[in-house]
Amino acid sequence: MNDFASLVQFSIVVPLAAAFLTLFVRNWGRPAVQIVSVTGFALPLLFALFLWGLYDPSTPGGYAFVSQVDTGLSIIGVSLHLGLNGVSLPLFVMASVVGMAAGLYAAQSKAEGLHKYLFCLLIMQAGLMGVFASIDLFFFYFFHELALIPTFVMVGIWGGRDRNYAAMKMTIYLTLGAMLSLVGLIAIYVKSGAESFDLIALKAHLSAAPLAESVQHYAFGLLLFGFGILVSLWPLHTWAPLGYGAAPSSAAMLHSGVLKKFGLYGLVQVAVPLLPEGVGQWENWIIWLALGNILIVGLIAMAQRDLKQLIGYSSVMHMGYAFIGIAAMSVLGVGGAVLMMVAHGLTVALLFMLSTMIHHRTQTFELDEMGGLARKAPVLAAFFVCAMMASIGLPGPGLANFWAEISMFMASLELRSWLVYAIVAGIVISAIYGLRAIARVFFGEETDEFKEAQKEVAVVDMNWAERVPALILIVVLFFIGFFPKTVTKPLNDALNSEPVYAQAEDTK
Amino acid sequence: MPTEIYQKIAETNTWGAIAPELALAILALSLLVLEIVLPKVAHGVIPRVAILGQLGILAYVFTTTCAGTCVTGEAFGGMLSFDNTGQLFRMFFLVTSVFVSYLGMVSLENKTLPQVEYFHILLVITAALMLLAQASHFVMLFVALETATVGFYILVSYFRNQVVSLEAGLKYLIMGALSSTILLFGIVLLYGAGSNPALAGSSLDPLNFGNLGVFLSANSSDSLALIGMLLVISGVAFKIGAFPFQIWIPDVYQGAPTPTTALLAVASKGAGFAMLMRLADLFSPLGEWMYPLLSTLAVLTILFGNLAALTQRNLKRLLGLSGVSHAGFLLIGVVAARSVEWASTAVMFYLFAYLLASAAVFAVMVHLGKDDDSDLTLDDLGDLAHKNGFLGMALAVGIGSLAGIPPLAGFIGKLLIFVAAFEAELYGLLAVAVIGVVVSIYYYFGILKSAFFEVWRFQDDDEETPEEPVPGASLRFFGKVAIVLAVAGTIVLGFYQNPLSSLLGG
Repeated sequence: MNDFASLVQFSIVVPLAAAFLTLFVRNWGRPAVQIVSVTGFALPLLFALFLWGLYDPSTPGGYAFVSQVDTGLSIIGVSLHLGLNGVSLPLFVMASVVGMAAGLYAAQSKAEGLHKYLFCLLIMQAGLMGVFASIDLFFFYFFHELALIPTFVMVGIWGGRDRNYAAMKMTIYLTLGAMLSLVGLIAIYVKSGAESFDLIALKAHLSAAPLAESVQHYAFGLLLFGFGILVSLWPLHTWAPLGYGAAPSSAAMLHSGVLKKFGLYGLVQVAVPLLPEGVGQWENWIIWLALGNILIVGLIAMAQRDLKQLIGYSSVMHMGYAFIGIAAMSVLGVGGAVLMMVAHGLTVALLFMLSTMIHHRTQTFELDEMGGLARKAPVLAAFFVCAMMASIGLPGPGLANFWAEISMFMASLELRSWLVYAIVAGIVISAIYGLRAIARVFFGEETDEFKEAQKEVAVVDMNWAERVPALILIVVLFFIGFFPKTVTKPLNDALNSEPVYAQAEDTK
Repeated sequence: MPTEIYQKIAETNTWGAIAPELALAILALSLLVLEIVLPKVAHGVIPRVAILGQLGILAYVFTTTCAGTCVTGEAFGGMLSFDNTGQLFRMFFLVTSVFVSYLGMVSLENKTLPQVEYFHILLVITAALMLLAQASHFVMLFVALETATVGFYILVSYFRNQVVSLEAGLKYLIMGALSSTILLFGIVLLYGAGSNPALAGSSLDPLNFGNLGVFLSANSSDSLALIGMLLVISGVAFKIGAFPFQIWIPDVYQGAPTPTTALLAVASKGAGFAMLMRLADLFSPLGEWMYPLLSTLAVLTILFGNLAALTQRNLKRLLGLSGVSHAGFLLIGVVAARSVEWASTAVMFYLFAYLLASAAVFAVMVHLGKDDDSDLTLDDLGDLAHKNGFLGMALAVGIGSLAGIPPLAGFIGKLLIFVAAFEAELYGLLAVAVIGVVVSIYYYFGILKSAFFEVWRFQDDDEETPEEPVPGASLRFFGKVAIVLAVAGTIVLGFYQNPLSSLLGG
């Protein structure tokens, strides 16, 4: 199975190489830059889909396509160890899909200095592919930062309103989160005594000799709040709506869709298997803070008058469900959380992209100044309605989000039976703001402002350059919605092979 | 009796072991000769000779390290002792001085100032610092340190027609003299304690590190030795700019010519840590007192450096204060080395990463094309990325590495220090370091913001805008190579650390 390990490496190297190539071919004109960068996004997508088809859930040891390279940090037990297991594979695929959509959308955009913009985006894509392919904790962190830095640059240079303030705030918040989680990872490395940052080695070592309860307590605390800031856990979420509001659409798509999942992925893949007792000790914290995400941020989202801010808050809100799924400490809950990460990544990326398309037509993000767009752009309306339905989690259209939410409902019943009421209230909240946004943007009478805007730019429906990236996202969303087994089977097998969930069952 | 000592010393005079230092001294002298011999029009070649000579010496040091044939053990009657760390510091100082020579070449161009002397003094300082890093006797240590410091006095006030440079020189002279006195006083106290025949382990030559080590482990609570240790550490703290001996840094960094600032920032700090690592080893019997002292210094240094840098707009002062906080991070590594063996490797890695990043940043500064570097503010960086993308990129990589952003070398340095600190169970220091890193992001980000992001500036149409200097106008092929080397080194060491870690022997 390790025959195709080089494809995993290539899906990191290709975007990196394409990034530098865009700088060299810029003199040959815009098409050259576009072709190079789209190739840089397309090849990882092909590799990821190929590996997805090839993956055999019964791989011994859980990891397939494994490769290991020594980079010179063996002094602290670090090596570039890449591979995919049932948890990381769906996210790896999702990252490549969202990257493709964001890349295509960016390549046809009118951004100033397009080659630099695509350079940043490709570096970010390389980091994202690396995050989900890393078995080594150091490189897991390293690739996250590699993807994070271009985000700040893109917000600062190509951002919209308040970009300087937003870039600064994001940088400081996310650095704090990253530093806390780094210290947490170092704590695991030092205290385990395994002399290795390798996740497989750490798991083997810690299952034989688990960490002391006090160590698990503070190490999990560090990871919870470190990763929590990165995932916008309430009340540390304030950077997210601001940052996404200011970010250019492709950066917002990749960050909110994929990069933000790093924190949750870290909890699922690192914190829970290595520090199982820490989850129990922090259970109440997770539940109450996650409720803050679902209810308080949900209410804030209801009060938004700005479409992009609304989507930003709704993305923060949905992170609450994932935290509750993880706190449940069961295959059902954690599996639901991972599925949620995949579905939400696709959905929120789609929403951010569509909101920018709406902005191009109405020249505003203010909901009060929009209306009646569906008559002028019916295809855009159909896409947006579909994406919003998915975001709310409605079962009807056969979208992936529904499966994620239903499994987390069931997990939350096991955790605290009253939680299910809070979660249902959350669904109602998101239905209210989601449907209202649809109504305001697409239906009703055209407002005076919209009529003014139409005088300047004639409103047309989505062209094919816009439709293709949207279609890519929505097709995958439907595919997972109709065939959830393609994701849940490897996920289920990977989680069932973790002894911690079975142990947690026993103690309950 | 004394003649025996001299005989013993003469027997161990292995001049070959200090060939790099001797070669530097000869090179320095031959520069002066060249100035007399060559016609005036050909004087431009002298800095190039200096750089090429240093590169040759660097190559020699490098080969003797890699082949494992470098001299180890003591020489000159215990004045010097050679080991892998010393060899690494030799390379560190040589690389630094090559970069500083280049910076000097650029910023002395078109100035009506003596040119050759700058490179002469630079080479002498480098040779002295190389000896300092390998000193195993307090006399050697002090003489080498003073040789370097006297050279620094001159280089700081080299722009003798500028008031700020002279003022900086005076400040550095007074503060430097004070710190030398403190250091010397500490050495004398150690001598007095160590040569007291009434105490166990006393010797006739207590300033030798080996003899003093024996004495200290026999008398680990001798009050005289303790005060001596305290004063010696204070003297070293001045060199590295640790709190509360950092007060000279902003003024001197600002006033000194930019190449000298770079030399102060990198070489002086490196020398301080070379001394500190040897001394921490020597004073380890007094560890009960010394390590809490160093920890306190580290905490205060990190906090002061980062907080003071927050509101700073002058670029050189800002870099000075950020250098103070780097000294704090390095101090954590020194403290961790007490119980974690490889922590000194982490310190070395950090220093090399700091060297490369600083080289990139200072190289950008001399190429900004302003006449007077001392009042360079963040506004002068405005739109650097548009005006000269190459310099903008170099600045981004340098500052990013200083800030410890992956995937650059500075991040690996910080990571190694953090892991070492955690292994040594220095949780308090680690917490302060994390806060320091987060705070530092603010001002490093400010630098990048002014260079990259469009900032609205007030423009008065009536007033004629003064002619803007063109960044990068003085950039030539040689400069591009130097900057590319610093930038590429910073990036490569972030991804692939093997070249350096195999040298460090980790």
